[in-house]
Amino acid sequence: MTENIPQKRGVPLWAQVSIWLFIVALLVLVGVILGKRQQGTVQPGDKIPDFTLPLFSGYEYAGESEVKLSDFQGKVVVLNFWASWCKPCEQEAAELEEAWKFYEASGDVVFLGADYVDTEPEARAYLKKFGITFSNGPDMGTKISQMFRIRGVPETYFIDQNGVLYFVKVGPFVSVDEIKSIVAQKLP
Amino acid sequence: MKKTLQILTLVLLLAGLFTSVAFAQDDVPTDDEVNAIAKQLYCPVCENTPLDVCPTEACRQWRELIRTQLSEGMTEQQIKDYFVANYGARVLAEPPRTGLNWLVYILPPVIILLGAFFLFRSFREWTKASATASAVSAERGEASSPAKDDYVARLEEELKKRK
Repeated sequence: MTENIPQKRGVPLWAQVSIWLFIVALLVLVGVILGKRQQGTVQPGDKIPDFTLPLFSGYEYAGESEVKLSDFQGKVVVLNFWASWCKPCEQEAAELEEAWKFYEASGDVVFLGADYVDTEPEARAYLKKFGITFSNGPDMGTKISQMFRIRGVPETYFIDQNGVLYFVKVGPFVSVDEIKSIVAQKLP
Repeated sequence: MKKTLQILTLVLLLAGLFTSVAFAQDDVPTDDEVNAIAKQLYCPVCENTPLDVCPTEACRQWRELIRTQLSEGMTEQQIKDYFVANYGARVLAEPPRTGLNWLVYILPPVIILLGAFFLFRSFREWTKASATASAVSAERGEASSPAKDDYVARLEEELKKRK
C-alpha cells in the first residue's frame, strides 16, 4: 500500500541565500558602526585629512574668512575644540591665548579654535570674555569633530608641519607651560 | 458733540493700546511654539534627549535660538535646516531619507512583512499537516478496527483464563 503524503515545500534556495546574505550584511554594518564608535579619537601618527574651518567675523586668519589645514604646511597647528557652554573650557581659555601670544610673532605655530555645537552669540561672548584673539570658527555640521572623533570638549590636537597628528590633549590644560612643552616637541 | 469726540478719541486710544499690546505678544514666540520645533530636534551633546526637555545650558541656548529665529519670521523647515547645517543631521528626531538612513525606514516594514509571510506559510503548513494526519488516521482507523477488536477480545479471553 502506498500512501500519498504531501511533500513539505521548503523556502526556495535563492530566498534562503538572500535572507542569510541580508542578515550577514546587516551584522557586518552594525559591527563596523560599533567598531568606529569604540575607536576613540584619532591617534598620534595619523595623517590628518584636509578640512576647512569657516571663521567668525573678527577672528579671521590673515584676512581669510575660512582656512584649510593644508594652508598650514610647515607650521605646527594647535587645534582646540571648545564650546561656550563648556565649563572646563573656561579653565584653559586664558592659557591658550597666552600661549598663542607667545608664538604669534614667530609664525611657526598656528592656533585654531573649533567651536563645537554652539550658538554664535554665546560663542562670541565667550571669546570676548576671555580676550581670545586667535582664529576661531564654528565646526559646521560637526564635520571636523566627527573626523577627529572627539569624545567631548575641551580637546586639543597638535598637528606637525607635515600634517601628522603628534599629540592629543583630552580635557583642559593646567598651565601655559604644558602647552608650550607640547608645541616645543616639533619646533627646531 | 465735544463729549462724543472725547469718547471717540478715548475709544480709539484704547483700541490702539490693545492692538499694540497684541502685536508685542505676537512678536515673542511662546514656549509651546518653541517646543513644537524643539521636540523634533535632539540635543547634539547629550545623547537621546529631545531638545524640548533637555535641561542643560547648551539646550537652553538652542531653545532661545529657536525663539529668536521664530521671531525673525523663519519657518519650521528653515530652522530645522539651520540646525542640520550647524550641528549635523543627527540633531533631527527623524533622520533624513538619504543614504544608509533609508535602512531605518525600509528595514522594519520589510522585516514585519517577511515575518508575516513566514508565519502565514507555517500556519498553512501546520493546518495542512494536521488535516492530512487526521485523514490518514481516520483511514487507518476504519481498516484496522476489526483487527483491533479481535486483538482486544483475545486479550480479554486470555485474562479470563488466567483467573
